[in-house]
Amino acid sequence: MGVLEPAASKRTGKIKNNRSSDSVMEIIMYVIAILFLIILIYPLYFIVIASFSDPSAVAGGKVWLFPSGFTLDGYQELLRHKNIWIGYRNTILYTVVGTAIGLVVNISAAYALSRKDLAGRKILSLFFIFTMFFNGGLIPTFLTIRDFHMYDTFLVMVLPFSVGVYNIIVARTFFQTSLPGDLWEAAQIDGCGNLRYFLQIVLPLSKAIIAVLGLWIAVGYWNSYFNALIYLKNPNMYPLQLILRNILITNQMQSGMGSGEAAQIALRLANMMRYSVIIIATVPIMCVYPFVQKYFNQGVMIGAVKE
Amino acid sequence: MKSGQASPAAAIGQIKRNWGLYLLLLPAVVLTLLFAYKPMYGVLIAFKNYSPALGIDGSPWAGFKYFDKFFNSYQFSNTIKNTLIISVYSLITFPIPIILALMVNQMRPNRFRRFFQTVSYMPHFISTVVMVGLMMILLSPSTGLVGNLYSLFGGEAPDLMGSTSLFSSVYVWSDVWQHVGWDSIIFIAALSSVDPSLYEAATVDGASRWNKVRYIDIPMLMPTAITLLILRVGGLLGVGFEKVYLMQNDLNITSSEILSTYVYKIGLLSSQYSFSSAINLFNTVINFILLIMVNQLSKKLSENSLW
Repeated sequence: MGVLEPAASKRTGKIKNNRSSDSVMEIIMYVIAILFLIILIYPLYFIVIASFSDPSAVAGGKVWLFPSGFTLDGYQELLRHKNIWIGYRNTILYTVVGTAIGLVVNISAAYALSRKDLAGRKILSLFFIFTMFFNGGLIPTFLTIRDFHMYDTFLVMVLPFSVGVYNIIVARTFFQTSLPGDLWEAAQIDGCGNLRYFLQIVLPLSKAIIAVLGLWIAVGYWNSYFNALIYLKNPNMYPLQLILRNILITNQMQSGMGSGEAAQIALRLANMMRYSVIIIATVPIMCVYPFVQKYFNQGVMIGAVKE
Repeated sequence: MKSGQASPAAAIGQIKRNWGLYLLLLPAVVLTLLFAYKPMYGVLIAFKNYSPALGIDGSPWAGFKYFDKFFNSYQFSNTIKNTLIISVYSLITFPIPIILALMVNQMRPNRFRRFFQTVSYMPHFISTVVMVGLMMILLSPSTGLVGNLYSLFGGEAPDLMGSTSLFSSVYVWSDVWQHVGWDSIIFIAALSSVDPSLYEAATVDGASRWNKVRYIDIPMLMPTAITLLILRVGGLLGVGFEKVYLMQNDLNITSSEILSTYVYKIGLLSSQYSFSSAINLFNTVINFILLIMVNQLSKKLSENSLW
């Protein structure tokens, strides 16, 4: 014992030393973390308070922490814009149907590919993965869609791009790592076929990955404008994002033109509307994701890390 | 009998027994054939004088005419230069999510950490349209947050959205702002799989927190980081269309015209289908070569590879 003591005390001494450098590191880390939080949150917070503020106060730099000259004019102006509500409806429709299709297609394919006893598994995987790195490109895809008479239809918004290879890979890995192979063997002995096993045993055990993929796909549909820009002609079918683009980005140039009092008022209203339109377009998706967030750990993480 | 070396008869038996699995794969396979592989065939129009009336097969061959046309156009060096600047610049920011993940991993699992993570994912859910709209509002030198900040300190704000020299910085850093939290998830996941006994052993050996980060966390992250890095380099010329296109305006166009926006304009806005497809194909091929090279290199250096 006596021989060991000096060494032990040396060691505790060292640990103590490290403790102080550790707490310095901790303080620095939390300071950085808080600064980082401010940089992330403040612009978002600013948009929220600006949407409730008098636009001249915003432009004059009087809005920093609280709304100034409280008003709901921006939101009222929004209510009058029919396009936005049509876009809202369309987006909800595309998101719900597209997400349903996407989940069915990707989850079932991923499960099949996760099974080691699937003959031709390697080739089938390559068949999908190849499309991640090589594709026809914009024009050939456009021509294909037109050949199928899908241009300007509901279908083009929900079907052609529903296979997500990355999603399949993540889900496949999830199935491989979280479903014990014995389970399938046991089910097989009990006379259970592949389809029944998939529907009654695999799916109920895979809520985490279903939630995560569902969120990814839904966010993708909710936020996309490119397909609509290319494949839709009828403004009544435009999704919200395309209409937002007209309000937020394209119109910017037009509203800047002209002068006089009427133009000034129009410009003010347009500016206010921009703040409120950002809020109403973003809040729904922001509300959903914290509920799914808890699954990230179980779902994505297992799925994404290995392979 | 080795099951890995299955004979054709055994394979057929396996396919028969597992027909349910092939049924599950069917939708994804059909959709991929129709909307990914069929357009690949359409790539042929890059070598043809495509006319819609004659179709892909009927149109006369043009050889490499459209590739020559692109290589000799004044847009060639400009679009490639812009694309490379933006993507290499983005590549430099690659370690930032890793640093964030290391930081989060050092935080004690408490409410602050959860709040921090929730907030850091949040901007990821903002759509590209809204994001660019946000940037236009906040970065405006006259009415925006940046303008107000500058005038608070008595300075003149630069026009960030209309600057050619700052375009790539605005693009890249706004992207970091939006996605850094999200991109860090995968690294946080990799860190959460570190065996806790490693830390305990390190503590016993008197390692400081910094030492643990340096000698345990960072090496643990390398495989994931390299895999992701390979994928990123493979997409070096594939800078996303969406955000750049929305950020483009007359003032910044000389530094914001990239390959994908050029393909879109040539192809869909001025209907030069063959020319546009040729540019696109050039882009895809270069990316493909880059991917293979980087993968090969990484195989040699670190035994990490995609295939």
